[in-house]
Amino acid sequence: MHASLSFDQAPPISVPYRFFIAAPWFGALAGLLLALSGGAALASRWTPEALALTHLVGVGFMLQAMCGALFQFIPVAVGGNVWRPKLVANTVQPLLLLATLLLVAGLLFSRPLFLSFAVPLFLLSLGGFVAVVALALWQTPATGMTLWSMRMAIGALAVTVLLGSLLAEALAHGLALPIIDLTNVHLAWGLGAWALMLLAGVSYHVVPMFQLTKPYPLWFTHWFGPVLLLLVIAWSSRLLLDDARWTLAIALPILSILSIYAGMTLWLQYTRRRKVHDATSIYFRVAMLAMLAFAVSGVVFLSYPEFGNDPRAAVWLGVLAFAGVFVSAITGMMYKIAPFLNWLHLQRLGAPMNAVPNMKKMIPAEAMTGQLRLHVLAVLLLLAAVWQPGLARLAGIAFAASCAWLGWNLIGAVRRYRSFRDQIREVVLRR
Amino acid sequence: MSITDPLFQHHKHCDKIFADAEDACANGDWVVGEQAFTLLRDQLETHFASEEELLFPAFEEATGMTSGPTEVMRGEHRQMRDLLTQMQDAVASRNGDAFGGAAETLLILMQQHNMKEENILYPMCDNALGTSEVGASLVERLKAS
Repeated sequence: MHASLSFDQAPPISVPYRFFIAAPWFGALAGLLLALSGGAALASRWTPEALALTHLVGVGFMLQAMCGALFQFIPVAVGGNVWRPKLVANTVQPLLLLATLLLVAGLLFSRPLFLSFAVPLFLLSLGGFVAVVALALWQTPATGMTLWSMRMAIGALAVTVLLGSLLAEALAHGLALPIIDLTNVHLAWGLGAWALMLLAGVSYHVVPMFQLTKPYPLWFTHWFGPVLLLLVIAWSSRLLLDDARWTLAIALPILSILSIYAGMTLWLQYTRRRKVHDATSIYFRVAMLAMLAFAVSGVVFLSYPEFGNDPRAAVWLGVLAFAGVFVSAITGMMYKIAPFLNWLHLQRLGAPMNAVPNMKKMIPAEAMTGQLRLHVLAVLLLLAAVWQPGLARLAGIAFAASCAWLGWNLIGAVRRYRSFRDQIREVVLRR
Repeated sequence: MSITDPLFQHHKHCDKIFADAEDACANGDWVVGEQAFTLLRDQLETHFASEEELLFPAFEEATGMTSGPTEVMRGEHRQMRDLLTQMQDAVASRNGDAFGGAAETLLILMQQHNMKEENILYPMCDNALGTSEVGASLVERLKAS
């Protein structure tokens, strides 16, 4: 049993960075697409542009970054051994990138051929990723709810990819499938059982860790993941049982547990021991406030069908979930992970410790907070653009700019890593 | 109470002192900051020494694992001691930026180190050492600090 325990801190630095560097540019592409398309893109969640935007952010930004973070997180948080991380990352990441571009082009330009090409690439890249990660997660001797959340999340990623592939094939070949219901189920597995499950599991560790908060209560960490998974499974029964009361009976508990998670995280942060604020802690707050706004909006849309039946209601929820919750939380995480990775790998080069620059030298604090402000402005503009289509182009430009700024900040971190590495090597050689 | 429970509690104790030291130094209150930092450094040193001199040798003897997790933990203790030295220099020269940068790095290193100990190594120690007397010695050592 002990042989499978990985206590080494990290895979090669290129493994997570490969994903982190690519992710923001998909967000920038999404912003540009919206800027070019204008307000009509947000008229409903089913416009080709909205579908393309969703996947640019959901797969291009979120999934890229989450895959990279998992490579880093599994050895440290749950002592798992990821098999040949460099080989897997070097294979999975470019395939995923290509598959995403094909999928987005297929959805945007209604090209069945692109969709058909994207499907095997997704199955290959994410199938391989899921297999390697699942193996690491099931072989580790560690225990705890973060591990279980990650196990449930990776299973849910597999379901999401299979459903997505089915949908893409159905669109490409005109298969007679209940596309709308299947899409809703695909979305629940992707955003709920995969992305939110992973975010929650990771936050059980990182919220107390970065801000020195009290731990999440045990009752919460024990119940949140399993209940979320059960609710997503119940939601999937919509495929067989189309009853508005049943939908309401599942949607309300989902919105309730979202509120509990977001409210609890905000409360823990509010009562934290560490007084110092940084971009990461503020980003996490933005994400949790967006989640609360999502839950409140969801209840309003369910309670007042005259609002809920407006096609823009779903777009509003989509902006809150994708840009408000996940892009915020992921960006905040990357701002903490990238400087630490730099420091960790630099100090392994064997130089005296005082020759290794500390974490705050890796990305300037002003660049992170400036980017954070622009991101918040972009999210507010996106939300306004749902109801005021005239603002869509401006919102798109703001979102593209904030993602590009994030990308630039991360490229800066890599450049600083390289230049510090070269300086340290000189010091080591001279000794 | 398990053998490693006092060490787990002591992690939280050190977190609190860290937050006090960081807050005071960030606000330029160097007198309070220096006191809190000195306490932090001493408490962390006691913690590292308790593990290196009591827990790890007992675990290594019980399991025969001398080059695994305990070796990685000792390496991280070295890194944290180096960062504490940098923080000490920053306190001495009243350099807020240098202190903040080293403190931020220490915090993340310390937290992910604690995470590995609490989730993986301590449960392994509790399993391997059962009712050994190491637990009582750890309590004594941490209380004396």
